[in-house]
Amino acid sequence: MLTKLKTWFRSVITFIRNGFSLVKRLGDRLLNKLTNKQREALGGYAFIGIWLFGFIMLTAIPLIESLVFSFHQITIVGGEGIRLFFTGFTNYIRIFSTDLDFLTRLQNFIFEMILFVPVMNILALLIAILLNRKFKFRGFFRAIFFLPVIITSGPVIAELLRQGAGTIPALTESGILQIIEQSLPRFLSQPIQSLFTQIIFMLWFSGVQVVLYLAGLQKLDQSMYEAAQIDGANVWESFWKITLPSLKPMIVVASVYTIVTLATFANNPIILLISSVMFDPNKGYGYASGLAWIYFVVIALLLIVSTRLISPKEKGYRVLKEYDKYKR
Amino acid sequence: MKNWFKNLPWQHYKRKWFGMKLTDGRLYRVVLYGLLIIIGFVYIYPLLHMLSYSLKSLADLLDPTINLLPSGLYLDNFKDALLVLEYGPLLLESLTVTLIPAVVQTVVASLIGYGFARFQFPLKKLWFILLLATYIIPPQVTMIPRYVLFFNIGILETIYAIIIPATFGQGIASAIFVLIFYQFYLMIPKALDEAAQLDGANRLTIYLKVAIPLSLPSFLTAFLFSFVWYWNETYLTRLFLGNGGETLLIRLLNFVSAYNAIIGGGSNVANEAIRMAATLLIIAPLIVAYFILQRLFIEGIDRSGITGE
Repeated sequence: MLTKLKTWFRSVITFIRNGFSLVKRLGDRLLNKLTNKQREALGGYAFIGIWLFGFIMLTAIPLIESLVFSFHQITIVGGEGIRLFFTGFTNYIRIFSTDLDFLTRLQNFIFEMILFVPVMNILALLIAILLNRKFKFRGFFRAIFFLPVIITSGPVIAELLRQGAGTIPALTESGILQIIEQSLPRFLSQPIQSLFTQIIFMLWFSGVQVVLYLAGLQKLDQSMYEAAQIDGANVWESFWKITLPSLKPMIVVASVYTIVTLATFANNPIILLISSVMFDPNKGYGYASGLAWIYFVVIALLLIVSTRLISPKEKGYRVLKEYDKYKR
Repeated sequence: MKNWFKNLPWQHYKRKWFGMKLTDGRLYRVVLYGLLIIIGFVYIYPLLHMLSYSLKSLADLLDPTINLLPSGLYLDNFKDALLVLEYGPLLLESLTVTLIPAVVQTVVASLIGYGFARFQFPLKKLWFILLLATYIIPPQVTMIPRYVLFFNIGILETIYAIIIPATFGQGIASAIFVLIFYQFYLMIPKALDEAAQLDGANRLTIYLKVAIPLSLPSFLTAFLFSFVWYWNETYLTRLFLGNGGETLLIRLLNFVSAYNAIIGGGSNVANEAIRMAATLLIIAPLIVAYFILQRLFIEGIDRSGITGE
């Protein structure tokens, strides 16, 4: 029995090996007919093919599909998938005329972004400047500022916020919040209040940005500062004239990172709404797709506006420039 | 008396505290360390809060005079939390749902990054821009059609619904990992490739025998971040895994109902102390791993090349 199995196994292996060498010989003959350039292209597509397939099947087609879904009413037919009924713009009209819940969440999200992104970036830059000084325990402090990146997740943050651990007690008990609530209009006071109550989490979400800015600072040329000093510039001036302009690409990257992270974080009220609407019998997949697309457009606009604000003249992303630089 | 006052070495003190420049006085040190310690405390505060609450007994929780320091070490919270979380089996399940996609995503990202960095092919720039764009597209947009697709091919509520996107470079932040490898492979000198080619190696062999051994640090970075992000992901995991599995974090999300089902009844309530103990237990493996591998994590970002070379 065992020897039988052994010989069977051996024959299978030789079969596979012969098959492989046949394919290889055929492949080599084919490859030899190609020009170098064609061979290069073939190799490239062999490497990125897996991504290309995934991109088309799991991102490009779903992206278009969800746009199509958003113009349909979708019912789930028991056990065999979904059925679409074309309803035109009904979903969008319904969202913008009746869905107050979504609209207020969207409005809060936009205000929070306008407030949070600059504040988080400024805090991250300040921390990076502190860390860029030479002192003992530098590695230790850097490790602490980066720690939240590792442990931040939806449920953990939710637990901590429920406990009121998102802020320093002294901040909320000092009565600042009441003063803000009374003296400012509601659409302004609400984001500022959340700024105070979530200050720790804003810091928690800026670990990556700190490291980005720190890397940027460390690549600055010290001789530039010396030259400026000889010309009579003080620390303040050289910060505005040297440090900040040279960090511009880093600020763009950090802002994009901040917006994308906050927008897709699991506790974000909008994305929670989208997944709950999916299974709402009155609304369904079509309606939820509409919400997702509106959200996508809003995020894209925020990204465009913020990158343009930071570097109005710069065209395209830094990475693409790098790409051009290395292009042979 | 007057003389004594005059004779104090004022200049000496001034130099000692304010220094010759802004950055070498003692005052500067004090301010720098002060700021760092204050900010550091703010960062750590939620963790301290978590630790202190997880050690509080019910009496401590109700006593308004006890704030940050509990009156004693009360470890029953951890016992309850371990029970409710079903720590052993769920940890194993979390690790499966996390490790497999993380490994797959890292390997695939390396392959794709190498393709973009080392080959010239038509439409390359277009694909590269689209690759970067996938990072900006919120998963919520593609989530519903993917859900339908996974349902149709019958992998919904199985681990494959998580692994398949990772396999095709469409997992969590896949674009970033591709970018890490892309930047790294650009830096490897061409001469190495040419030398290997002269020795008769083809492109695949060069990738396997030259590029991969050189990029092991990038592999480690990509794997660590991949692991952490998959571990912390709950939104898509919950949607795609459904009843097909549960991770520790998803259990934490449903902690109260799980508590009522497992311990529940009578006066037993999932109080803050128990919930904090559970949270602490869940992030503990990450914190331990972080403090061992801390350098790799932080330097990994530098190495990713998004910081600009």
